[in-house]
Amino acid sequence: MTKYILKRIFYLFITLFIIASLTFFLMKMLPGTPFSNQNRMSPDQLKIVKAQYGLDQSVGVQYVRYMVGLLHGNLGTSFQFNNEPVTSLIGQRLAPSMQIGAQAMIVGTVLGILLGAVAAIRKNTWADTLATFVSILGLSIPSFVLAVLLQFYLAYKWRIFPVALWDNFQSSILPTLALAALPLGTVARFMRTEMVDVMSSDYIELAKSKGNSNWKVVTKHALRNSLIPVVTIIGPMAVSVMTGSMVVENIFSIPGIGEQFVKSITTNDYPTIMGLTIFYSFLLIIVYLIVDILYGLIDPRIRLGNGGKE
Amino acid sequence: MDKILEVKDLHVDFDTYNGVVHAIRGVNFHLNAGETLAIVGESGSGKSITVRSVLQLLASNATISKGEVLYHGDDLLQKSDKEMDKIRGNKISMIFQDPMTSLDPTMTIGKQVAEPLLIHNNVSKKDALKRTEEVLRLVGIPNPAARMNDYPHQFSGGQRQRIVIAIAIVDYPEILIADEPTTALDVTVQAQIIDLLKELQQKIGTSIIFITHDLGVVAGIADRVAVMYAGRFVEYGSVDDIFYNPQHPYTWGLLDSMPTLDTNEEARLNSIPGTPPNLLNPPKGDAFAPRNAYAMQIDEEEQPPFFKVSKNHFAATWLLHPDAPKVTPPAAILKRYEKFQKLGGNAK
Repeated sequence: MTKYILKRIFYLFITLFIIASLTFFLMKMLPGTPFSNQNRMSPDQLKIVKAQYGLDQSVGVQYVRYMVGLLHGNLGTSFQFNNEPVTSLIGQRLAPSMQIGAQAMIVGTVLGILLGAVAAIRKNTWADTLATFVSILGLSIPSFVLAVLLQFYLAYKWRIFPVALWDNFQSSILPTLALAALPLGTVARFMRTEMVDVMSSDYIELAKSKGNSNWKVVTKHALRNSLIPVVTIIGPMAVSVMTGSMVVENIFSIPGIGEQFVKSITTNDYPTIMGLTIFYSFLLIIVYLIVDILYGLIDPRIRLGNGGKE
Repeated sequence: MDKILEVKDLHVDFDTYNGVVHAIRGVNFHLNAGETLAIVGESGSGKSITVRSVLQLLASNATISKGEVLYHGDDLLQKSDKEMDKIRGNKISMIFQDPMTSLDPTMTIGKQVAEPLLIHNNVSKKDALKRTEEVLRLVGIPNPAARMNDYPHQFSGGQRQRIVIAIAIVDYPEILIADEPTTALDVTVQAQIIDLLKELQQKIGTSIIFITHDLGVVAGIADRVAVMYAGRFVEYGSVDDIFYNPQHPYTWGLLDSMPTLDTNEEARLNSIPGTPPNLLNPPKGDAFAPRNAYAMQIDEEEQPPFFKVSKNHFAATWLLHPDAPKVTPPAAILKRYEKFQKLGGNAK
């Protein structure tokens, strides 16, 4: 297991290197420069500023410089956000994004599992139809539409939650709900399909024939086996929650990194784009690593490291 | 002998998209303490449904529309699911057909075998695991103490069936229902499993209902045999009665299609022509009549009752009616009658 994780961490660095390189060159292909809207600067001033940031060098030299900096943990300084180092910029903005992202993932996955399980156990009843209806809504309504709807009804009309504010837990509920809809719908659909399958399998019949109550058959045997494929989609779901949060943060004026990411791209803020891309990639790779470890914990057939057999 | 289980006039219907299928149409049988009763019949004849009705482990679209299942005189069909949970795996347990899919892939086999003990007895986990180890040794799993912590995929098919058997016997049930326990296994392993069941029956004194479509297996394990066709029993009696003095043309057909040591290598095996009836609309008369070379007019019109052949041997065919014309069974069956006489019975 330890060997496996070390191996995965080694691959993580290789992946990050490739992503960083690709992003660097793609970014340089974007039209415009970070200073293209600074009309008041004379060509000489512009030259000085460019030299200060190393932008007068060839792309190759800039690339090598950046990568060397990256190795030392230096992500550079932002051109736009008060000349702050990118690392501290991410640090300040990280907490709100992580909070609503994690809350949305947890709420969505847990409720999705429950909803899917109820639908499967009460197959072809009104409970199943209702659960399917809810999960299809979650899947098909984009998070920004849901965000605006929640804002309009729960915040503006009924005044239960703040419209767009970021201070306490209460203010995080609406963005969390808006973001949780997609994982909830996805997980519920997966869970229902899988659990219907599991419930009709031979080992469930055997579990019942041992004298287990229906409740115990579900909790001790059916649930765990149904979770295996659900774990697979946690990775891709994390991606959609992250991208969804960029828009939702904007709607609820949350000072998160999503909002900053969008702004940095529109203003050609090279170091910030690079820093955030690398950070997001790192996060995703870690999520996928956790998913793979979870797999082994849930399904003994995929125990890592020893190929399953002793 | 004590009748520990008696099934009376059992009817089971399945609600399907095409209509109601009358899968079981009046089955009667009993099980004596300590004996092995084999139920034979072709696929779809209703063997599994009959025994699953005993434990009420039927699909959700099935209903037991009529009948009684008396366990020590107590009708199990009147019990709630909760009351049945106390009987399942404790008094009556079941061995399933396919060992590759019958075990929970995400639970260690030790826990799976110990489960019935922990459900039905007030024992500590430690004691349950100790007992589990003994039972695993009893069914022939080598090094059980260590292997208890392994998962099903780490065992071969034959070993998995031994584990399934261990689950069924761990709480020393009075009745063991074995639903085609050897069908999914290869022939050498089949023989080992049959031997194991016989040995276990002696050690723990359980009664067995054994379901199979393999007559060869029946001869090896059963005391009594019931032959099933299209949701009804057609003939039942002792192993010798069924093998050497069969009376129902369907039993003749089954025995005739089984290769024996005398079977000529060049010859083709016999088969019963036709297919079983559609139980969406069960026939008015004898369900086997359309495939029966010996069928008479009355077979089309009225279902034959059971006629007594000897003390424990009954067959539902009009051929046994006193007014029926005498027919000559196939040559292979006549040979069996000769053997029956040598065994000391009175063949017809």
